[in-house]
Amino acid sequence: MQTTIHSLKKGEQAIIKDFDIDTVPLKLLEMGCLPGNLVELLQIAPFGDPLYLNINGSYVAIRVETAKEIEVEIIKTNLW
Amino acid sequence: MVSKQNINVALIGNPNVGKTSVFNQLTGLNQQVGNYPGITVEKKIGFCKLPNNIKANILDLPGTYSLNASSIDENVVIELLLNKNDKLYPDVALVVTDVENLKRNLLLFTQIKDLEIPTILVINMADRMKFKGITLDIPYLEEHLKTKIALISSRKGYGIDELKKLIVSYRTISSEPCLNASVIDPDYFNSLRKAFPNQLLYKLWLVITQDVNFLNLERNEIRSSFTKSHSDLKRLQQKETIKRYQFINDVLKVGLKIDSSVARDYRSRLDRVLTHKVWGYVIFFLILFVIFQSIFEWSKIPMDFIDTSFASLSTLAAEGLPAGVLTNLISQGIIPGIGGILIFIPQIAFLFMFISILEESGYMSRVVFLMDKIMRKFGLSGKSVVPLISGTACAIPAIMATRNIENWKERLITILVTPFTTCSARLPVYAIIIALVIPDNRIFGFLNMQGMTLMLLYLLGFGMAIFSAYILNKILKIKGKTYFVVEMPNYKLPLFKNVGINVIEKTKAFIYGAGKIILAISIVLWFLASYGPGEKFNNAEKIVVENTKQNPLPEDEFENAVASQKLENSYIGIMGKAIEPAISPLGYDWKIGIAIISSFAAREVFVGTLATIYSVGGSDNEVTIKNKMAAEINPVTGEKIFNFASGISLLLFYAFAMQCASTLAVTKKETNSWKWPAGQLIFMSGFAYVVALLAYQILK
Repeated sequence: MQTTIHSLKKGEQAIIKDFDIDTVPLKLLEMGCLPGNLVELLQIAPFGDPLYLNINGSYVAIRVETAKEIEVEIIKTNLW
Repeated sequence: MVSKQNINVALIGNPNVGKTSVFNQLTGLNQQVGNYPGITVEKKIGFCKLPNNIKANILDLPGTYSLNASSIDENVVIELLLNKNDKLYPDVALVVTDVENLKRNLLLFTQIKDLEIPTILVINMADRMKFKGITLDIPYLEEHLKTKIALISSRKGYGIDELKKLIVSYRTISSEPCLNASVIDPDYFNSLRKAFPNQLLYKLWLVITQDVNFLNLERNEIRSSFTKSHSDLKRLQQKETIKRYQFINDVLKVGLKIDSSVARDYRSRLDRVLTHKVWGYVIFFLILFVIFQSIFEWSKIPMDFIDTSFASLSTLAAEGLPAGVLTNLISQGIIPGIGGILIFIPQIAFLFMFISILEESGYMSRVVFLMDKIMRKFGLSGKSVVPLISGTACAIPAIMATRNIENWKERLITILVTPFTTCSARLPVYAIIIALVIPDNRIFGFLNMQGMTLMLLYLLGFGMAIFSAYILNKILKIKGKTYFVVEMPNYKLPLFKNVGINVIEKTKAFIYGAGKIILAISIVLWFLASYGPGEKFNNAEKIVVENTKQNPLPEDEFENAVASQKLENSYIGIMGKAIEPAISPLGYDWKIGIAIISSFAAREVFVGTLATIYSVGGSDNEVTIKNKMAAEINPVTGEKIFNFASGISLLLFYAFAMQCASTLAVTKKETNSWKWPAGQLIFMSGFAYVVALLAYQILK
């Protein structure tokens, strides 16, 4: 299984690698969700969805179904 | 007035950058709020005096993340910026940014620059720089972004004078683009440039990618020869976005330094509590609880004051003015009518204040985050929470606030169920009926029973909204891409000035909007109640004398009997009697029936209507509306008209019935079809009738 934003644990950081342009909304790209940028999972809402992220300095929440579309590479594992 | 000699200034910026505070700082209370023609997007224009006796029209455009519009609010921004002939076309654009989000905010800035409008970069929230360890190299940024920068804090009010000076010197500000985005596909853009040499390249690109009005002929021409597949266009837009971010990153690498060892943050600590799986919900519920308790408790004294003041004004007018028809119209029609609406100012102002605080503080987005998963079970979105909460003020702006819900089905359901939430127009009706039929006792010494009843009615409204959403979600077969992006803004202490201006503007709009209808209706009602056809009305005195021949009434009772004889046989009495069979199973008499019918123009008319009817027909012993209602007796049963059973029945009827012409109109506009508002009207009102009927029959 490929690693996506959905596979991140709370506090983990990753680099955005790739995504299917047709399934990820343009608005998210404009928020900074672009290949090469940093993403950190800050909070998971109760019941596991949506996810609260820091993408390239922007604080946004997206749903799991979108998060699953965005492939990432984890760079820093949470030490907790 | 919008004057041609004034400089046109457009305020542009992402949501949550304090754009409205900047607008308020520049214009003070010197604002006009209206609508863009044909659409219900709020148009805010203000006026500002600048140095050297120059004046400016400041236009506050809707917040947008980029010039790639995804809602009609955002379309407004693009359409204005594409149309040089618009009389509000800006001489200078102010792009407002948040110093903490500069990177993302600059994306929009680079797009505005591509339109070749003189542009000032306003970097707001500069007071937070020290706190966040941020330093800026202003000369470097100005040089590379080809602009002038105003470093301001709209919260603390500094930098505003410098900004005004910059606006005056707008002619010296560069209108050159700061990067060349056409390198993303040189062949495509070169041929585009050749085909339309007189047009700005970026404008052409916007026309190709956006669904905006732009000189229709040309648009078709441009599109037919340069169209691409949706995917290809989106890929190019992605490239464009990457290109812009590369440029921004390069500039900020030198121009912006963040010392993260200095930066302090309470965002994550607050988030941990406010979005906690238990505490998050507990806090949310507590906040709602406090809001509803205080709306009722705090407004009591000012409301009683307004009520008695208008009652004595009415008496004063009746006694002081020469007796006659005109005096009656003033003292019995107009003054009670106006009083009937002004009395709700305290409650409405408190409600708008709380909603404004929730939005300003950034808390509303946390609620969206917290509620999304739950709301989706009912076919709604987390973003539906905002309309449902602001629906407690008024369904009309609430329905407009659904525009940022990306999924059409979720949006449609939200629009359809929002009118169930308890809007401020229901509040007057609830308030007066609760005061009449619910005892003013306290449970456990602090829970006010009347306040609790009010809260229950609010919960009932929400519950019904959620329940019908669930049903609609099962019935409606609409497929659409679902996506959901919500920004989580920084926490901010709400600014007194912003909240205050918001409360004043909204309350004013409510009073004027509703006031006009209520005034007109109460005048019409007064005429209908004061005149009638035929013998029974004109010879009322004789008839009463006839009927009471056996035991003549004392003088004041005689007068009352004549007055009610007249009222029953006036035009309105005849109309009321005609509908009485339909509403008497609900526990209402014909006077309430008239009030319900006139409520279909707007709910808050209910109280004013009763006030007018009772002033015409009732005794003079009771001066306030409330006391008049409390004194009403059913002549057949001898019971009070407003008793527990009929009161509860009325409350439930008003909780569910669709009685607002403006809401139906806005639903039509937003859904572009009469089908949905018609459904709302029939379903909601039918349901209300059945529930009110059951309640009265069970409780009586």
